[in-house]
Amino acid sequence: MQFLITVLLDGLIYASYLFIVSLGLTITFGVMKILNVAHGGFFAWGAYLASISIIYLGDNEYNSFLYYFAIFLSAIIVGLFFGYIIEKFILRKMYNEDIHLIVLATFGLFWILEDLILHVFGVDPLMPYYPAMELGGIEVGGIFQGVYSLTLAGLAIIVAFICWYFLKKTKYGKVLQSVIFDREVSVSMGINVTKVYLITFIIGGMLGALGGAYIAPTISVSPGFAIDVVVMSFAVVVIGGMGSVPGALIGSLIVGLVRAFAVHQAPILELFIIYAIMAIVLIIKPEGLFAPPKPRKI
Amino acid sequence: MKLTNLKTLGKIAITGLIASVLPMSVNAKDTVKVGVVSFLTGPAAGPFGTPAKQGAEIVIDAINSGTMPAPYNTKGFAGATMNPIFSDESGGGTKQVGLFRDFVQKQNVDAMIGYISSGNCMAIGPVADEVKMLTIFSTCGTERLYEEKLRSHVFRTQGNAVGDSLAAAKYIADEYFKGKVSTADKMYTGINQNYAWGQDSYKFFKLGMAQYMPSAIGSSKPQFPKLFSGQYGSEISALSLDKAKIVHTSFWNGDFEAFMLQALVRGFFQKKILVSSVGGSGVDSLDKKFPDGVIMGTRGNVGLIVRNDTTPLNKWFIDSYKKRYGAYPLGPSYQYARAVMLYKIGMDKAAKAAGKFPTQDQVIAAMKGISFESFADTIEMKRGDGHQAVHSIAYGVTKYNKAKGEPGMEKVIKYSATCIYPPAGAISQKWVESGMPGRKCN
Repeated sequence: MQFLITVLLDGLIYASYLFIVSLGLTITFGVMKILNVAHGGFFAWGAYLASISIIYLGDNEYNSFLYYFAIFLSAIIVGLFFGYIIEKFILRKMYNEDIHLIVLATFGLFWILEDLILHVFGVDPLMPYYPAMELGGIEVGGIFQGVYSLTLAGLAIIVAFICWYFLKKTKYGKVLQSVIFDREVSVSMGINVTKVYLITFIIGGMLGALGGAYIAPTISVSPGFAIDVVVMSFAVVVIGGMGSVPGALIGSLIVGLVRAFAVHQAPILELFIIYAIMAIVLIIKPEGLFAPPKPRKI
Repeated sequence: MKLTNLKTLGKIAITGLIASVLPMSVNAKDTVKVGVVSFLTGPAAGPFGTPAKQGAEIVIDAINSGTMPAPYNTKGFAGATMNPIFSDESGGGTKQVGLFRDFVQKQNVDAMIGYISSGNCMAIGPVADEVKMLTIFSTCGTERLYEEKLRSHVFRTQGNAVGDSLAAAKYIADEYFKGKVSTADKMYTGINQNYAWGQDSYKFFKLGMAQYMPSAIGSSKPQFPKLFSGQYGSEISALSLDKAKIVHTSFWNGDFEAFMLQALVRGFFQKKILVSSVGGSGVDSLDKKFPDGVIMGTRGNVGLIVRNDTTPLNKWFIDSYKKRYGAYPLGPSYQYARAVMLYKIGMDKAAKAAGKFPTQDQVIAAMKGISFESFADTIEMKRGDGHQAVHSIAYGVTKYNKAKGEPGMEKVIKYSATCIYPPAGAISQKWVESGMPGRKCN
């Protein structure tokens, strides 16, 4: 029983982290049909901006509540700033180009964002541990879990709910779904797709940055740390289905739980098993488990 | 004697004096160009690459200006000023081999110094011999570098990882296992990065435990997470559920700091004893939050473990480093400094023997098998046909120094090189498995 509870918790925490990061990636793909490799840059910038803010607040003994304010503010600033610049001045000029060229452009942008970090923040690792330290640990199922890490699951649930509510219950959500379903039809119906693209890219960037900002207090934030996260997020999105929000959720849960089980039972298979699942999904259902339906064009 | 004759004699004497003081000046070079390679980008830059570069800078500048303490207090490298060209080690072996060739063939360097990654050392070692470029590896740890093939132009001033792992096992046997009888107390496991360094470190730790503490039992589920994975929640849970009390790790860079932080908030160190072979560079990041009681090595007598060592050379290095960079030098700072120091004494010795500015072959001959004074110990180039260093390895237990307000160590034990490294010519794994014949422990 202790083993099952522990695996379940470990899996859920890791899945929550993956979900927040991959959600932005899948929304961007769903709407814009762009595999945004630069998503890792948003993640890294979110982590760095939150880190320096938290370290400043912690060193100067500000109210702990401000740590969380700093985390969300960092995500918003990074998403707005880089999202706006990248979409408006770079990607917008490339929408008529081959899709592969756009992927390459985002790949280049990722490295530019990474390089900018070196120039702005330097190479020294940052450890904004204050929130994680203050919340400490709690015994669940016989072993201690970090409370801060557990809050990640809460954040993922909130983000998932907001996303569901936004897509299903708001007018803009329906507009977004329309663009996801068919861009041309949406344009013909008077939807300002250019504006939808910009807002979507910014929201996707914010979610990526939120993943980095929220995880920062539990890691050593150092240059290059975002690369693995992006790769793992791709695996999640491929398993769940490119552009599918429920797919990102299920994909994250599958990867998180399977990985946790492997770490406990067969550590050597930890990575293999994730990519094995991805390969199996690609063979059986190449579009992913929950890929949104494609309209048949006549 | 007439005054004019006296003047002539005086001129001859002064000329002779100058000639004797500067015997190399006839063929001397003003500068030696040396490539210095360390991680300047990526996750290893902060805790390893940058302190390494800074350590090299301190020593190079001091030698160039003749202000380093004895025995390195003569100016220059065989009289020449070193012009270092710093380069980034990131990007993997293929990229580094290309950059190495570029350094040699386009930039015409006189020597190459550095390299942290064992993978890069293994890639560059054969190329250095092929292009006949004197190369001094400073940090990388794989024992395979010299056990697979002897190297003609490659030296390494850092003892290999075998010594780090065996010293860790011996420290546990000597200090921790004393009087422990319960099964859980005798069990050990590990969390190491899933590549050559991590796998080899745990392998030799296990082999060492089998020799020093035959009744100890290794866990069936040691953890090998991916390098730079950063998230260790599941691994910490798995280790917590494992009965083993001792946990070995060779984690380095940001991985070590992330693991410590995540384990700390989960009360991991109240139940487990962590043995870290190379985590010294991560202690300062957590400062007073870093837990007491972690068994810690720093890959030799460098970094955290020698902070209170008062040898003139060590004191000078710490003072100079703190003055210039506002922090204590870390292990990699020492390792890179040592590699520069070997080049210095090799150049000077070769120049003295040749009576002129030395050729590369003369420098290699001078460096082969040499022993030289390091900051808190002596480095002996006694393995790998005189190209591979051995030195003592120290382990201790972390204990925050409240009086000084900084991290510290206690219960430090130094193990001599003869105790933890195989004799010259032996293959490490076979030597350990056969009971470490001929080892002499202090």
